[in-house]
Amino acid sequence: MHSPEPARLSLSNITKRYPGVVANRSVSLSVRPGEAHAVLGENGAGKSTLMKIIYGSVKPDEGEIQYNGQAVHIRNPQQARALGISMVFQHFSLFDTLSVAENVWLGLDKSLKLAEVTSRISLKAAEYGLDIDPSRPVHTLSVGEMQRVEIIRALLTEPQLLILDEPTSVLTPQAVDKLFVVLKKLVSQGCSLLYISHKLHEIRELCTACTVLRAGQVTGVCDPREESNASLSRLMIGAEPPALTYQDRQPGAVLFEVKNLSLPKEDQFGVDLSQVSLQVRAGEVVGIAGVSGNGQRELLYALSGEDTRAQAQAVQLLGQAVGQSGPDQRRQAGLHFVPEERLGRGAVPSLSLAQNMLLTRSEAMSQSGWIHTPVLQTQAQKIIDRFNVKANGTQAAAKSLSGGNLQKFIVGREIDANPRVLLVSQPTWGVDVGAAAQIRSELLALRDAGCAVLVVSEELDELFEISDRLYVMANGKLSPSIDRKDATVAQIGEWMSGLWEAHAQA
Amino acid sequence: MLKLELRPQESQVWRYASPLLALAITVALGIGLFMLLGKDPLRGLQMFFWEPLKSVYALGELMVKATPLLVIALGLAVCYRSNVWNIGAEGQFVIGAVAAGGVALLADKETGRWMVVAVVLAGVAGGMFWASITAWLRDKFHANEILVSLMLVYVADMVLGYLVYGPWKDPAGYNFPQTKSFEAVTQIPRLMSGSRVSVGLILALIGVAAVWVFLFRTRAGFAQQVGGLAPAAARYAGFSSRRALWTALLVSGGAAGLAGALEVAGPLGQLTPYVPAGYGFAAIIVAYVGRLHPVGMVFSAVLMSMFYIGGELAQSRMGLPKSITGVFQGLLLFSLLACDTLVAYRLRWQSRRV
Repeated sequence: MHSPEPARLSLSNITKRYPGVVANRSVSLSVRPGEAHAVLGENGAGKSTLMKIIYGSVKPDEGEIQYNGQAVHIRNPQQARALGISMVFQHFSLFDTLSVAENVWLGLDKSLKLAEVTSRISLKAAEYGLDIDPSRPVHTLSVGEMQRVEIIRALLTEPQLLILDEPTSVLTPQAVDKLFVVLKKLVSQGCSLLYISHKLHEIRELCTACTVLRAGQVTGVCDPREESNASLSRLMIGAEPPALTYQDRQPGAVLFEVKNLSLPKEDQFGVDLSQVSLQVRAGEVVGIAGVSGNGQRELLYALSGEDTRAQAQAVQLLGQAVGQSGPDQRRQAGLHFVPEERLGRGAVPSLSLAQNMLLTRSEAMSQSGWIHTPVLQTQAQKIIDRFNVKANGTQAAAKSLSGGNLQKFIVGREIDANPRVLLVSQPTWGVDVGAAAQIRSELLALRDAGCAVLVVSEELDELFEISDRLYVMANGKLSPSIDRKDATVAQIGEWMSGLWEAHAQA
Repeated sequence: MLKLELRPQESQVWRYASPLLALAITVALGIGLFMLLGKDPLRGLQMFFWEPLKSVYALGELMVKATPLLVIALGLAVCYRSNVWNIGAEGQFVIGAVAAGGVALLADKETGRWMVVAVVLAGVAGGMFWASITAWLRDKFHANEILVSLMLVYVADMVLGYLVYGPWKDPAGYNFPQTKSFEAVTQIPRLMSGSRVSVGLILALIGVAAVWVFLFRTRAGFAQQVGGLAPAAARYAGFSSRRALWTALLVSGGAAGLAGALEVAGPLGQLTPYVPAGYGFAAIIVAYVGRLHPVGMVFSAVLMSMFYIGGELAQSRMGLPKSITGVFQGLLLFSLLACDTLVAYRLRWQSRRV
């Protein structure tokens, strides 16, 4: 069958097997020129493997790839780029100490002079309204600006097909709008997009076609504009996500308080904290919104005890001054913490789930420091069962779990400790819809049980869904608190740029 | 065409098969080496793999050399598992030997048998002291422990040289650079007569059990390793990285110092400029070939000891140069590093497609 214009990219019956798991089973997908095509699926559904196959970093076991009507074997990313395929990864690959131009220069295959690269960046930036100064060092850029660098780098290869992996997870609502203007312009010029995301409203706004993957198989191809959230979720997870049962509750006593916390940054790429004050009461969820890189990381280090340079009085846990106590002491006093990075901070990648229990739990340890392995196993198994963690038993290495499942395990580990105060950073970052709903409802259950919960998240939707009160963080400062009932997305978006003082005066 | 493919999960089989394959490759390369040198390869292999095993006495000698290697490697395993790269075990060994020798020289005819305990403890303290210099510089000034510990090896050799050429030289030693022979009470007790195997072997085996328990059954050992595997996770859990650094270096320094004391108050019986025999460096290979696992290192220590003895035999009986020992050690380490690729990757035949 020959259509007048061949598909930009067409995959037929792609299968990729790893020992014990089929990542992609007979996946077919077709992207027309100038089409924004969404790839939707839970974590572990095989989206990443499929994109890596298209980008040439993984070889399929079976199946065929046609590019502009020609059968191709894409052996490596260089070849993919030569064909006109570019990819913007979820995690930026930029060197902090180099300038924008130098970073772009490093990623280019051909040998160009730095000055040429600089002028090309400026041209591209002007063409697409991507405001960026090529000579600025990357560490001075905001996350949104870093993403612009990645996009410009991809655009410089004049792609016919641009793959974007969860590009909006780090952006303010305003920045997402800007990004979409750029992407829509690209599409109108005939560039095809493969857009990986789990945010259904974004997919509906940008994309005109959608392929849904579940457990490595295609479960549906549709036009997202004609589908509802519920129908897309059904395709993606086989069921609709459970609705949150949210009830207003009268919060209790202040369990956790930060008073005028100011801290100079620990390294040159950090953010100074200045005069941060906040309170969390028993039985309430308090959210901290803000674009990452505005001091959230530093704040959480000081709150969890990983950074003990604060004044003792600046952090108060159940009335105790703990500003200078380590994480261990704070944990014993009832404060648990789920960090943003799962692998390497929340869990040791190469150790088993059972061993990872030991990072924050001491039930399996005797007074003398002896480890009772059977206790450890039972504990880990309990969390796997209670939180539906998909893992190959308690002996599975943490790194063998998908991001969502590991997050469920880590959140489960901390919730299972029955904390009085729980700090959670990015609870559902990169987690699929089903798992995210589960984690949120667990946080609410903890709140209803009288725990003080502090959630730091970049996802405004999420904060609006679960928080009782909100703060916004910008430039190392914290806004006054606002009840969720009184907050609007537009206002919070403005506060994210640090504009609450003007608001307060007005 | 052979192709390397990343395994989704590290192969447990190859973790243990890799040292065996590396040994096989070392043997094959060894055969080639003997043939190139115009020697009978069979006889060469016999020197390395049969002669050290063929009699009770030979086995005893094997243990004599394996003991210091194992003791040092046990300490290094704790160190490397904590991501602390102590390359200077040789220096800690030498200072351990010097400290033990210094105490042993204090003994006279009337000293009691307790003296041997003091000698051993002095060795441990000496090794710890030498390693603590590295730990302190790293802790205080972020000095790279690889460079500092390695440089301190040469300083330790100088200290030893100064003492045996200078103040500690035996006045009745015909001006040879050596101390007087230690009193019998300072001698590490032997296990049986007719063999030079000492209680050091028992200490080493106790060390194996102790390191295993520490690493796999105690919170302190767990904390130690998390610091090496994922520093951010250690910080999150509240495990102190400074404590891990000091523990790692003090344990490995103490172990190397103990080996030094066992050596100088055992087979050597006096301090000479020839105390440093490269055990501290060979133990690095022992630690890695043994997968940094206490039990694995028992086997690799014996293997490395065979190379030492085989090298000496090849020198005396076949007229091969002494450096043959080092060549074999190096071959084994390089083969191992190459074979370890198979832990994370697998080989696949793939027809060449265009």
